Amino acid sequence: MDWALPRLVTVAKASAWQYSSAADSEPGRNDSVNTNAACPADEMIPTPSTSHVDYNRVYEPAEDSYLLLDTLSASSESNWLRARFPPTSATPSAVEVGCGSGVVLAFIAANAERLLGRPDVTTFGIDVNEFACKATADTVSLAIKEAGPTNQSVFGGSINGDLMTSLRPGSVDILVCNPPYVPTEELPNESNLDEFADRADFGSDEAFDRDSRYLALAYAGGMDGMEVTNRLLDQLPEALSQHGAAYILLCAQNRPDAVKDRIRSWAHGWSAETVGSSGKKAGWEKLSIIRVWRS
Amino acid sequence: MKLLTLNFLTCARKTCKSTAAAFPLHPKEAELEQVEMELNPLFVKNMLPRLDWEAMKTLATELGLPNLPAETPVAEELANESGEPTQTLRDLHTLLMETAIASGKLVCGNCGHEYAVKEGIANFLLPSHMV
Ligand SMILES: C[S@@+](CC[C@H](N)C(=O)[O-])C[C@H]1O[C@@H](n2cnc3c(N)ncnc32)[C@H](O)[C@@H]1O
Ligand SMILES: [Zn+2]
Repeated sequence: MDWALPRLVTVAKASAWQYSSAADSEPGRNDSVNTNAACPADEMIPTPSTSHVDYNRVYEPAEDSYLLLDTLSASSESNWLRARFPPTSATPSAVEVGCGSGVVLAFIAANAERLLGRPDVTTFGIDVNEFACKATADTVSLAIKEAGPTNQSVFGGSINGDLMTSLRPGSVDILVCNPPYVPTEELPNESNLDEFADRADFGSDEAFDRDSRYLALAYAGGMDGMEVTNRLLDQLPEALSQHGAAYILLCAQNRPDAVKDRIRSWAHGWSAETVGSSGKKAGWEKLSIIRVWRS
Repeated sequence: MKLLTLNFLTCARKTCKSTAAAFPLHPKEAELEQVEMELNPLFVKNMLPRLDWEAMKTLATELGLPNLPAETPVAEELANESGEPTQTLRDLHTLLMETAIASGKLVCGNCGHEYAVKEGIANFLLPSHMV
């Protein structure tokens, strides 16, 4: 598949420049770290286990996933979230759109106390890929179990759906999304999503076709890599609660500065800042994470 | 899918989203599943303020579960003088955290569309002509 190539290049480059800086302990995670590098006092929180996930049909955690983990666990971000959701407030909801293996949602659920300064968070995963939904349910449940009894997070469930269309307005406090962001000629599946609805009768070659399409759905972002992300952004004002904040991953080709400017021009006072990035060297694969919230 | 989750879901069709009738979705032919979980008093207490109590009462009735109190319980009803969890708290815990829909349908009260739930996962994908 032609998307494998840029991805491999990214990994190779990232580890090449990483070797010259202080070596980190976690294989894979350090490929993307530099939010932590900015806050050397932060210790690395382990990555949730996803060894049960079938990567033939569900996105395998990669440097983009790890950048989300590192950004959310940086002390600067954790301080911001603690102030936004003080322990006296109602249990915050954390929703991940495009949850894939569930690695990011599991990280939030299992480390609520560290990230949010409170042990309770209620989590939901949404993905257009039904196998990702199942994978996420397993990954998050396992991570909560392993976090032990002081953790008071609850996994509400996975929802097989398109972005936030199934969510009640105002119900999301913390939104996390690592969307399909790679620029592609077209969005192969968007118009075909209904072919996937309500089907349980695939033959084996059909199943292979379906699996490849699921993997394509994980990366193909259409024009500027922004077609899915733009639809997600459009849904934010309705879906986010008054205190809500969204963490969205962008690549350089998505033109993060233009995206942020656009959000800042929305009615009723919205803010957008870059709160994490990786791949300091100029290159199309450079990733960043923006935080979007009502100011 | 835990019953708690229904507090966060609505019909995925644009035309339904902001109508009152689209929330809560109504379980149909639901097969419930009991998943034991450690009692989590803090979670229940902090979750209460964000529950739509009327919706939760409707759900309990429609699923044939014991009726919920008429009003959202206040903090004093959740723990006794010695700080121990009350029966009310235990019941809420059972309902919200331990009761899950394993399979069945969720029906929109506005348009009548039925969303299937299989293996605990609700499918909200719509055929393109319905979006
Ligand atoms: C880049 S992967 C991220 C997976 C995981 N969150 C991670 O960070 O490892 C993008 C995910 O978004 C999902 N996705 C793509 N389009 C979607 C849509 N319209 N609604 C919901 N999920 C979608 C894909 O199935 C895939 O699981
Ligand atoms: Zn409807």
